[in-house]
Order: sequence, then structure tokens, then C-alpha cells
Amino acid sequence: MAYQWDFTPVFANADLLAQGLVNTLKVTGASLACGLVLGLGFALMRLSRQRLVSWPAGFVIEVFRTTPPLVQLFWFFFALPLIAGIEMTPLLAAVVTFSIQSAAFFAEVFRAGIVSVERGQWDGARAIGMTHGQALRRIVLPQAVKRMIPAFMERAIELMKTTTLVATIAYTDLLFAANEIAQKTFRPLETFTVAALIYFVVITAFSLLARQLERHLAVSGESTVH
Amino acid sequence: MTILKVSGLSKSFGGNDVIRGIDLDVAKGERIAVLGASGSGKSTLLRCLNFMEMPDAGTITLDGKVVGRREAELTLVRQRIGMVFQQFNLFPHMTALGNVMEGLRTVRRMNKADAQARAERELARVGLADKAAHYPAHLSGGQKQRVAIARALAMDPELLLFDEPTSALDPELVGEVLGVIRSLAEEGRTMLLVTHELGFAYHVATRVIFLADGTIHEQGTPDEVLKHPKKERTQAFLARHKEFSL
Repeated sequence: MAYQWDFTPVFANADLLAQGLVNTLKVTGASLACGLVLGLGFALMRLSRQRLVSWPAGFVIEVFRTTPPLVQLFWFFFALPLIAGIEMTPLLAAVVTFSIQSAAFFAEVFRAGIVSVERGQWDGARAIGMTHGQALRRIVLPQAVKRMIPAFMERAIELMKTTTLVATIAYTDLLFAANEIAQKTFRPLETFTVAALIYFVVITAFSLLARQLERHLAVSGESTVH
Repeated sequence: MTILKVSGLSKSFGGNDVIRGIDLDVAKGERIAVLGASGSGKSTLLRCLNFMEMPDAGTITLDGKVVGRREAELTLVRQRIGMVFQQFNLFPHMTALGNVMEGLRTVRRMNKADAQARAERELARVGLADKAAHYPAHLSGGQKQRVAIARALAMDPELLLFDEPTSALDPELVGEVLGVIRSLAEEGRTMLLVTHELGFAYHVATRVIFLADGTIHEQGTPDEVLKHPKKERTQAFLARHKEFSL
């Protein structure tokens, strides 16, 4: 007997899915934002000539790049309360984990971006009396960031999918909500298909937006160097 | 009146001594052309004067005050000693106007209207008032270099350093940049110019310095050094330059 697809029970629970989507976007957005700021910090530390500054950053980056995200999440949610007595809500634990993890990734992207800006740009900035910080902020970073956009997009997409791990610490993200609906309605195929479609639509919309931004930045200015 | 005094300046890169104990006094209004074969240390000398490179030894005295090594002091000195580079080093993400305003806004903290008015004046001075809204990618090499000169001028430098300003330009664009530099000379600006344009050096400089092996090998008036060089290496250098001239 052919399977009878029926999406009505899924749509009946649209509010739950919507809440899940909002939570997913919350974790993804907050982690990306914190990850960017923290990542820039790590990158600047890594670029420092002082080993006492560059090594700790390098260590954190390596640890978070080489261990499974699920373990990191468990660590912040379950182990930290036991060891340090620091209790976190599932949302906070998720944001902390994914922020540091993204930062480890962004640090390398920032570093590569900063290093890719020609030496002459630093010269031009210093020659009119800029401090190192001013040159970085006004001249080097804006050019580096432009080159980072594709990598940033990749990471954002990857992260949105990785955040599905938060279901393991009982945080109601999109996938967790879908799972609940599936169990309640006995319609797992329909529910997960709809959930996947939502991921597809959101991520595709984001990609298009980012590509638009990239094109806009390419038009306004730099296309050849010097 | 001496505005810049260099004594015992030395700089090496990875064991290679590029500058070996140079002494040099620059008086107000002087225009010094710095010549020499490639690798003779011309660019390094210039870059040490505004501390783009940190000298290994020696002192640089600006207006009677020895320059220290703290960043705050160096940024002030670099505002007083403007520099123009061979590769222009314009900021590609800013318009011509934005490039010229940048130092006024970020370093001098000037308000936007004043900075813009000042930048527009400097662009007009180098003949580029109509290119203010253009990004560097849409300017010719000669125009880029003129924007770079305007950017340096906007900071009101007491001394201008030109590091081979026309070497990266197509021959037909060299004239417009040299024209701007000559007009600055006519205003009585103090400048040091590393160049391969011997004719320009002859007509515009008040003093010519010939560098060899990181030291001042010969110096004097343009006529002395370029027409009647005493040292053999200077003669050989000039002979090589004249070999293919018309």
C-alpha cells in the first residue's frame, strides 16, 4: 500500500515550528556576532609578536577546531557546573559553545584576511600619522573583511546546521520542535521534510543576501589593487 | 635654518648593512635629489627619516628635538614629514576625496565639513578637483600619484619625502606628476626626492646626493654632481644613465 502523505498535522503545529525557528536563529545569530568579535580578538592575539599573547589564543583555537562540537556543548552544559559551579541555561551554554567555536574559525579567517592586505596599505596609513590601531581599523580591516565574506557565509550556514546539536541539551530549536511534533502526530516524514524545507529557505535567503552584499561592495570601490 | 638633522644613521636587514652611518642636514626650503644604483640604500634612507623603518643606530633631530621611539611621538613626526610612495598606496576602499580626508578626519579629528573643504582644495591644487568622487581603481597611475601627493599635503607637512614617485608610471604619465612636484618646489617646500629622472633633478633640486653602499658617496649642487662629478662611481652611474638618452 502506498504511503499517504498528510501535512495537515504538521501545519496544525506551525506555532511550535515557528518558535523553534526563532530559537535556532537566536542561537545562530548570537553565536555569529559573538564569534566575530571574539574571533577578531583571537586573530589580533595570534598576530602579536609576543608569545605570551599569541600562544594562548593559538591553544584555544586548536582545541576548539579539533574537538567535536557535541563534546564542547556537553562540557559547557554538564561539566562546567560540576567543576566550577557555573550553571548555564541551555541557550547560554549553546551560545557560549558556538561562539568560541566560531571564533576559532573566524580567527584564522581574520588572520588570513589581515595578512592578505598589501604591506603598502600599512605604509600609506602610517605615513599620514595613523597609529597601528587606526591603520588596522580604518584601512586594513575594511579591506580584509571584504575578502572574508565568502568564508563568513560558509561558516554561518555550517553553524546554523550545527546548532541542531542543542536538542541534546533540551533546547527547543527548530529540529527539537520538529521531533516533538513528529512524536505527537506520528508524521515524522512530513514533519522533518517541512523542517528541512525551512532550513533550505532560510539558508538560501541568507546566501542570496550575502552575495548581494558582496556584489554591492565590489561595485563600490576596489576591483584592482593600488 | 636646519629643520632636519640626521647623524650616524644605520640600518641593516638580516645582516645586510643597507645604510652605514649617514649624516645629513636638511635646511628649510632645500630640495634634495637622492640618486644611486638600486640597492644603494636610497629608499631605506628615506623610510628611516619618517621611521617607516626603525633605524638601528643614529639620531634624527627635527626642529632641534631628537625623535624618540614611542608610537605617540612617531605619529606626530610622520604628520610633519609627508611621504609619497612609488606604488601610491592609496586606500582602494575610499574615493580620491576620502583618501585625502582620511588623515584629517582620523588623525587630526577635524570635523567633516572642514576636512572636506581642505581635501577639495588639495585635490584642486594637483588638478584633480573633478575626480574627487572616483575610486583609485578608476584613476590612471598619474592621477593616483597626484591624489597621493594631495593626501600628503593635506597634513601640512614641513618636509616631503618622495620615494621614486614616477617609477611605476607609464612614460606618458610621468610629466603630470613631475609638474605637480615642480609647482611644490616653486612654493618653496622642503623636499627629499629619490628619483631616476636626472633631468628633473638637475632643474628642480638645490642639492644632489649620490648614494653608494649605504653612504653618501658624493654630494653638491646639481651642476657639480650631475655635470661635473668628481668620483669615479658617480661618473659611471651617470654614464650608464646617459647611454641610451637622445
